[in-house]
Amino acid sequence: MSDLMQATRRSVLDGYHGGSAVARLTPAAPASRISLRAPAASLDALSGALGVTIPVKPKTSAAANGRHVLWIGPDEWLVIDENGADLVAEAAKSGVLHSAADVSHRNTAIIVSGRKVEEAINGSCSQDLSLAVFPVGACSRTLLGKAEVVLYRTAEDTFRVEVWRSFATFAFGLLDEAAKDAAL
Amino acid sequence: MSGANRISGWGRLTPAKTARFTFDGKSYTALEGDTVASALLANGVHLLGRSFKYHRPRGILSAGPEEPNALLDVSRDSARRQPNVRATVQEVFDGMVTASQNRWPSLAFDIGSVNDLMSPFFAAGFYYKTFMWPKKAWEKVYEPFIRKAAGLGEAPKEEDPDHYSNRFAHCDVLVVGAGVAGLSAALAAAKSGAKVFLVDEQPEVGGALHYDTGVKINGKDGFSWAQDVASELRAMANVTVLTRTTAFGYYNHNMLALCERVTDHKAKPGKEEPRERLWQVRAKRVILATGQIERHMVFENNDRPGVMLASAGRTFLNHFGVAVGSKVGVYTAHDSAYEAAFDLKRAGVSVAAIVDSREKPGDAVLAQARSMGIEVMTGHAVLTVGGKLRVNSMTVGRHAGGATRKISVDALLVSAGWTPSVHLFSQSRGKLRWDAETQRFLPGTYAQDALSVGACNGTDDLQATIEEALAAGELMAKATGAETAAKIEISGQAPFAWTGGMIGAAEGAGPDTTVKAFIDFQHDVCAKDIRLAVREGMQSIEHIKRFTTNGMASDQGKLSNMHGLAIAAEMLGKDIPQVGLTTFRQPYTPVTFGTIINHSRGELFDPARKTAIHPWAEAKGAEFEDVGNWKRAWYFPKAGEDMHAAVARECKTVRDVAGVFDASTLGKIEVVGPDAAKFLNLLYTNAWDTLKPGKCRYGIMTREDGFIYDDGVVGRMAEDRFHVTTTTGGAPRVLQHMEDYLQTEFPDLKVWLTSTTEQWAVIAVQGPKAREIIAPLVEGIDISNEAFPHMSVAEGKICGVPTRLFRMSFTGELGFEINVPADYGRAVWEAVWARAEPMGACPYGTETMHVLRAEKGYIIVGQDTDGTVTPDDASLGWAVSKKKPDFVGIRGLKRPDLVASGRKQLVGLLTKDPTVVLEEGAQVVADPNEPKPMTMLGHVTSSYWSSNLNRSIAMALIADGKNRNGKTLYVPMADRTIAVEVVTDMVFFDKEGGRLNV
Repeated sequence: MSDLMQATRRSVLDGYHGGSAVARLTPAAPASRISLRAPAASLDALSGALGVTIPVKPKTSAAANGRHVLWIGPDEWLVIDENGADLVAEAAKSGVLHSAADVSHRNTAIIVSGRKVEEAINGSCSQDLSLAVFPVGACSRTLLGKAEVVLYRTAEDTFRVEVWRSFATFAFGLLDEAAKDAAL
Repeated sequence: MSGANRISGWGRLTPAKTARFTFDGKSYTALEGDTVASALLANGVHLLGRSFKYHRPRGILSAGPEEPNALLDVSRDSARRQPNVRATVQEVFDGMVTASQNRWPSLAFDIGSVNDLMSPFFAAGFYYKTFMWPKKAWEKVYEPFIRKAAGLGEAPKEEDPDHYSNRFAHCDVLVVGAGVAGLSAALAAAKSGAKVFLVDEQPEVGGALHYDTGVKINGKDGFSWAQDVASELRAMANVTVLTRTTAFGYYNHNMLALCERVTDHKAKPGKEEPRERLWQVRAKRVILATGQIERHMVFENNDRPGVMLASAGRTFLNHFGVAVGSKVGVYTAHDSAYEAAFDLKRAGVSVAAIVDSREKPGDAVLAQARSMGIEVMTGHAVLTVGGKLRVNSMTVGRHAGGATRKISVDALLVSAGWTPSVHLFSQSRGKLRWDAETQRFLPGTYAQDALSVGACNGTDDLQATIEEALAAGELMAKATGAETAAKIEISGQAPFAWTGGMIGAAEGAGPDTTVKAFIDFQHDVCAKDIRLAVREGMQSIEHIKRFTTNGMASDQGKLSNMHGLAIAAEMLGKDIPQVGLTTFRQPYTPVTFGTIINHSRGELFDPARKTAIHPWAEAKGAEFEDVGNWKRAWYFPKAGEDMHAAVARECKTVRDVAGVFDASTLGKIEVVGPDAAKFLNLLYTNAWDTLKPGKCRYGIMTREDGFIYDDGVVGRMAEDRFHVTTTTGGAPRVLQHMEDYLQTEFPDLKVWLTSTTEQWAVIAVQGPKAREIIAPLVEGIDISNEAFPHMSVAEGKICGVPTRLFRMSFTGELGFEINVPADYGRAVWEAVWARAEPMGACPYGTETMHVLRAEKGYIIVGQDTDGTVTPDDASLGWAVSKKKPDFVGIRGLKRPDLVASGRKQLVGLLTKDPTVVLEEGAQVVADPNEPKPMTMLGHVTSSYWSSNLNRSIAMALIADGKNRNGKTLYVPMADRTIAVEVVTDMVFFDKEGGRLNV
């Protein structure tokens, strides 16, 4: 039966595109993700198991080989693997105390890119996104209008906006309006 | 021609650039850059509207945002119509349509003006006194009458087709106001390297330099200097200059709200352009350079069209090139108005006389007036003016009586002096101080990181203003970490140093109670009304304000507050600061709702959460219901079916064959860690350490007080991993509740919580054929009844993708809940449906889910419970562990009132007539003949028609319900009384539960 049956994957943002010349919006490719929770004592082993040094400074991230570890809280990280690795299994190899919950499908992501990327996000997010305050690599769990998102600056002109799937079209709509406004 | 009163060679507008607009149906030509006010004045139109209460003819009083009088209806098309637009702010665009308000049948002949004659009956406080009795008349007579009469302008009825935007921003120094002070401060801050925002409400920077043409700065004409500085600032990368932008709100932590008017002045706005843009700016430091507002003189008939502020007369002349009259009088208590006379005279306009209430005006202006041949009458007052639709004379008399003289004029410029604009400072919760010498309130103690500079800070001298502003700009920039730049030299010269000013009623207001000498033009409040309020016993300015409505119109008393205060103080025999000042509130000027909500409209008003399976249900024609922010499939009507028929069919089909249900919205929390079971033991009433991996259990969660908070099935995936489900609506608060206890009460536990609601799409397959439907799709799990009995959970694959498969039921039937990663939800659902459909199964929605669970007596938290129901009240006492030493709610449940008899308890109700379906929420009584008020025993919580039982069923919370088994109670309705029988066993269908375990 399994030969005949292979469920196809459908992202909530399939077919979406938008924004403006100064802030383009693109749905991110599928990725695997875990919400990682762990005490400080486990971080060395977990860093080794995941192959990325887990950041402990607020609003910072670390990345290697398409894998990104975003500081979310004092004992909480969002780990994103662009290559779709089984992160729960990899974290388990650490053998130390932690919690890894698979949230690969809970989140989706919108890539916002362009020279007015800050203005596009600032249409509905109140954080200071200037490079001095929110440099490349910075990340933050915050609000985009009424939606909770994780902002992650991947380049001077690019942000990855992680959002729960049922809020994704709402977040996309807000970003789209602000991106068009930023182009005026 | 852009108007007969346009003086060639005067003003800053370009004669070649014209725009056409209409006012009350008549077409006029304006120049680009005109306000509606300047364009109408250029065309000799002074009568713009009728007043709010007395319907008195009204004209233009000011040339700025403080305008209380010249309020028009302005439209671009039928949907883009805005009432109460200040003609002095609204710029003309080609094709705009304007109309006067509050008049019928016409502006010049208005029936409502009978109110002016009836005014003795409409004294202040009239409404409070008159409409008190009889009480019944309020609803039918008084309120409709007042509602019809009240309010100015007519709200648009069509949906607003414009869009609005929002922008959050951060800066080091925010400068409000771009006059001399603001520009100087912004320049100093910007040159220090700070990130600067400079905002001004006018189309161009310059502030008072719009009219004050005598001022030279750095040797240049002041207005030109201002434009040059603005250009310099705009060219700097660290500066944002926003014009047509009003800083209307000053909130905590230096958060200021700005409204940028993007298209209201444009004939053809771009399609993508928002009408207005809200800026929410967080500034490290704020510099307020908001200037000052001129006050009018208070005397009889001072509201006649043609009477206007002296600074307005100068603005219309010097900026717009418009003479406000051909023979202009000046009535003042301040030197500044003299300059209006000088400017008019230079432009060739006849100046009738300057009437000065002071015996000793400033020497310099007096000398200049004399040298220009302008008659000055010192120690005189304008007692009244003649003319109705436009002023045609002023009657002048000397103080302390004597002969009066009537002088013909067609405009009268007035000035009682200047009020510093401390609105934003006051909004920031700064404390004002009274400066007795200059008789004005000035910024005193700051509550936030801000500084006031220039006129709003009481600094009158031009050079002193510049120095103060430069120092503030540098200081504030430095405070944010900016480096100090080279010193900026700005030198300004003003032709005259101004003196004078008065507050309160002038002589022409009279001492009596009949003279209409207006202080609040928009609310028709006169000096006599303030006096009446004091005589009626009001002592606090807060009471006087509310009794008279002084300062309560949309202009918030920018012109009237100080006059009202001074008159009250005089009547009370107190000093002004003792009487007090009312608090300034946001917004500084009216802000459209569009700007406030900006992006939050239509689909962006609120997130509409949809499951992965939603598009399938939509394509199948499902009706949806809102559950929190979720859209849930409610029922799936077939052609010709109403809701009742569809639900009856779905209910039958599930029990006869099977049904497929989208349960994705159920809240899910992954509880992971070695202490996971221990933690759940503390959060739920049940025991969890006894639950083996691979099994699941229904759990009840109570609050500290012992009442049911949430419920759901919890599966143990591994020793240290639980898959918790919550109600759809409860998901966020349950996670917060758990996190709260974990962090504050049980921080030593090694366990973590993660919301996984959206990770999983959940497909419930329920009914006798459920196993047959899913069996071929499942890999790696033996789903036979023996290997996988009711309340089991296992991980495996379905349709080639990972699943957490639950054997559970909310219908009382054999059931499975297939959890798959959400992106696969749609595909797996379709695969399940492909098998279910040929067997005769159906998709079902939440309504059928509700009926099926009620047939089994399963409760819905929030529908059958209301926050005052204990597990025992709901007959769920079995789910409360008797062995556990502790859990949240254990002490609450022992409270005497929670264990007392007679509590409201959840029971079943069966109507004596099985065809009658009770109304949810209906009250239940024991004696239907008891006189009202009857003794309510409780209410119906759930009620449905059960097609499987072929009768109605209901659940109800009834006082002492468990002891009323078999008793007859009654449900009184409007048209009949329904007899019901209490059944304490709420399981209406398959009491033995055999269908679950096949």
